[in-house]
Amino acid sequence: MNRISAVSDWILLVVFAAVILTMPVWLAPFGADYPDLMQKFAIYGLFAIGFNILFGLTGYLSFGHAAFLGVGSYTAVWSMKLLTMNVLPAAFLSVFVAGAFAFVIGFISLRRSGIYFSILTLAFAQMSYNLAYSVLTPITNGETGLQLSLSDPRVVDAMAGISTGRSLPSTNLFGVKMSGLPGFYFCAVVLIIGFFISLRIFRSPFGTMLKGIKSNQTRMAYTGLNTRPYLIWAFVISGMYAGLAGALMAATDPLAGAERMQWTASGEVVLMTILGGAGTLIGPMLGASLIKYFENIFSAFNDQTLNQIFDFVPDSIRGYVVELVSLFVGDGWHLTLGLLFMITVIFLPGGIMEGFRRIGGLFSRKKSNTPSSGAVSDQP
Amino acid sequence: MDAIFLQVLNGLDKGAAYALIALGLTLVFGTLGVVNFAHGAIFMVGAFCAVTFEKILTISTKVKDESITFFDAYKEVPILEAKFPVVGAFIVDYSVPFSLIVAVPVMLALGLLMERGLIRHFYKRPHADQILVTFGLAIIAQEIIRHYFGANPIPQSAPDIVAGSANIGALFGLGENVVYPWWRLIYLMFSFVVIASVFAFLQFTTFGMVVRAGMQDREMVGMLGIDIQRRFTIVFGIATVVAGMAGVMYTPILPPDYHMGMDFLVLSFVVVVVGGMGSLGGAVLAGFLLGILQSFASMNEIKSIIPGIDQIIIYLVAVVVLLVRPRGLMGRKGVMED
Repeated sequence: MNRISAVSDWILLVVFAAVILTMPVWLAPFGADYPDLMQKFAIYGLFAIGFNILFGLTGYLSFGHAAFLGVGSYTAVWSMKLLTMNVLPAAFLSVFVAGAFAFVIGFISLRRSGIYFSILTLAFAQMSYNLAYSVLTPITNGETGLQLSLSDPRVVDAMAGISTGRSLPSTNLFGVKMSGLPGFYFCAVVLIIGFFISLRIFRSPFGTMLKGIKSNQTRMAYTGLNTRPYLIWAFVISGMYAGLAGALMAATDPLAGAERMQWTASGEVVLMTILGGAGTLIGPMLGASLIKYFENIFSAFNDQTLNQIFDFVPDSIRGYVVELVSLFVGDGWHLTLGLLFMITVIFLPGGIMEGFRRIGGLFSRKKSNTPSSGAVSDQP
Repeated sequence: MDAIFLQVLNGLDKGAAYALIALGLTLVFGTLGVVNFAHGAIFMVGAFCAVTFEKILTISTKVKDESITFFDAYKEVPILEAKFPVVGAFIVDYSVPFSLIVAVPVMLALGLLMERGLIRHFYKRPHADQILVTFGLAIIAQEIIRHYFGANPIPQSAPDIVAGSANIGALFGLGENVVYPWWRLIYLMFSFVVIASVFAFLQFTTFGMVVRAGMQDREMVGMLGIDIQRRFTIVFGIATVVAGMAGVMYTPILPPDYHMGMDFLVLSFVVVVVGGMGSLGGAVLAGFLLGILQSFASMNEIKSIIPGIDQIIIYLVAVVVLLVRPRGLMGRKGVMED
């Protein structure tokens, strides 16, 4: 690690932190400056950054990461039910439990690679999802989802003498309520810490090892290296990120449901990572924010708003236009998502970050005639 | 004894659906080397072919109800039935089997279009990319169906003559209480016929021989001057037709809804992996086996010993098989060994 790139990393981190923390300001013109949405940006960004550590660095495509998110959520809500409404213990517990869960699943799944690994993780995630709906109902509260209730013990809070009164207590960080903007800032700080850790992992010998596994695992093995521990750690770390994201979800809205563990949810985080650019540092964050932003905008449309938008179109064909567009918005948002997914994979496998680089390449080609190296993961 | 026999039968019809989908999946994988996550969506589109066909057949008109004589009453009657009382009613009654006639060309066209338009460009790409792009396609198919048909399941009825249950027990001398719906029995027979014809096609025709040779060593077959690519495209079409027909015939058993494809896809993938990637026999065997296992696991006696086992049995078996026999039950050496 030479000094210049170390400096540029710090600059990247500072810029990233500044961009995240000033979200409420610069998102205002886009109409996305309300806390709920920004919390989502941060939470899913964290989830995707964690997923990227596994998929982006090692190339192992896990189709079951939502399971860790779900486990994190459940753990956090249980911590709020049993211990305290403070979100810090909940977050730590979730990271720990999700990490342990990821270790077990990773230990088994990582015996295989390629598509088998994808199927194994998918199988485990589906098992967790099915169990959460059926047998584990005492823990997960089945279809209703796990909720806070007035009769929860909350041992620590009770000892500290915090009485909840008649209404349900809200999540807090040492007294600061975790809803609205404070909630967002909490998520943002966690996200920045997560980003920093991911940056350090990317630059560490450990991260380099993971990249080596991605480009040629057999050769890594021939050099006398046992790749399995590295893979397991990468899997556990990304599981921890997912657990932390789940805890943040519970912190901003203390509710946990099994649908968070469904494999379509796993597919969503894959899409976020790919859209932004797998193996890049800020790609996953970018992808997650874009998807959540457009989800928010697109799913708000209905036929009425569409009719207003296409007011300029002659009446005779407006009906058809609205009909066509309504396929893609509102309930049909998933259709747009699927389309986006396909377009990204077909035309831009490296995601938006590769797109940026290609555009950048167009302008800088004249100056330097050295071709940019193929390694996607070299660049932030 | 009766109960066990019944569970085996119950498992077989679900297993038949798994086997049919898994057969297409592994056929595509063995020939084109593509992991097709949109195969479940094809199954679903097939089912909705039946729904659409039935909707078209039963476009109704108001006809005076003769049975009510006190006042002028009108009832909705399909045009077809009003125009041709006997033949029309017959066709409407048999709408599910008849929609096979429509579904086969539609599915074939869809399959060829999909292969030429999309899959073709993904032969050389990593499996992860193939999974992702077909996953996207599956989402699109699912959402389009949901947009036009709504989110609720649309029940389809089997022809009246086979609407009841067969007294299987009497046939095998097992007692009177072993009854089994006729349509499921037909589905089972249907799946046997389809599977047998796919195997026969591959085994006893020149076309099939070339395809099998291509699965072994496509480069060599290409060097012999055979356009193996074109044949593989047709194989993709066949796989689509098989999944589509499986979907059409399954509609009276399970009312189709837009996410049935995804549900079956995940399970069928597990079936393929258990059977062994690229092994046709393995896929069929594993399909029936897992169907039967699942039906046994949902027996109350077993559920009371291990609660929740019915929910996870298939995945559990997949995990164990993948760890103990990484190539699956009948997997060949050298297929997906990475």
